[in-house]
Amino acid sequence: MSAIQPNVQQPQPVSEEMELVRRAKRGDDSAFEELVRRYDRNVFRIAQHITQNREDAEDVVQDAFLKAYGNLSQFQEQSKFYTWLVRIAVNEALMRLRRRRPERMVSLDEEVKTEDDSLPREVADWSPNPEQMYNQSELRDILTRTIQGLPPGFRTVFVLRDVEGLSTEETAQALELSIPAVKSRLLRARLQLRERLSRFFQKRANGNGEKSSGDGDQ
Amino acid sequence: MKCTEFLDELTNYLDGVIDAKTKAELEDHLAWCHNCYVVCDTTRKTIEIYRNQELYELPNDLRGRLQTAIMSKCSAQKKSGPQKV
Repeated sequence: MSAIQPNVQQPQPVSEEMELVRRAKRGDDSAFEELVRRYDRNVFRIAQHITQNREDAEDVVQDAFLKAYGNLSQFQEQSKFYTWLVRIAVNEALMRLRRRRPERMVSLDEEVKTEDDSLPREVADWSPNPEQMYNQSELRDILTRTIQGLPPGFRTVFVLRDVEGLSTEETAQALELSIPAVKSRLLRARLQLRERLSRFFQKRANGNGEKSSGDGDQ
Repeated sequence: MKCTEFLDELTNYLDGVIDAKTKAELEDHLAWCHNCYVVCDTTRKTIEIYRNQELYELPNDLRGRLQTAIMSKCSAQKKSGPQKV
């Protein structure tokens, strides 16, 4: 098996992006607007994954860009603008999640249990084309509910790394985590999602992915 | 390679950041351990499915409203001077 590579659109080459940032720093709002257009979809997706709430996600998009605008002079240009922006957006999103769920501590630093709860228990093989077992809205519903069940710390790492295609190093920078911490959370997030999805995607009794129509083999 | 060692290397393997020797050991393990083969294959599918399905697309009308709001707030912030954030 070969390695899978993100097929999501990666942020533009750094030099071009940095040129926009420099123009924005000099007060050129059209350059900042271009940065907004480049990344608003990504920020919205990340925010909605973390907050699980559409209104909060809209607020996060606005506030993250506004904070970036207000603090642009402090951006050191040692990382990509996008990574810096994601860091601001993740913090904004977590703040809203905490506000909405004050009864639960929400932190990216929450202790990762080291017991064997990520060791796969369910190892039934999947149908060859799991995406075709359900219609589009059923599939989206399954995927949304499944990822929402992950703890925020795992969910965020999975979204940045596997959905948005940030590198391990960029994810670590954006979340202020160490690289081993990102890797460990990513593994656990992937394994937990896999296990939860198995319930929906495993091969059915007749082996071709179709629902069995009866309960007897006449 | 044991199953637990395979799990330790799974993320590096799927991300293609693994040295040739470990990769060979891992693939040797996958050749005879059906459970680990299934875990590896279905974990890969899990990632691909989430990548293929954009779950939270930003609708165009909302996107337009957000962009307008952001730029008008930025402009107001500029006029009122630096803001403590």
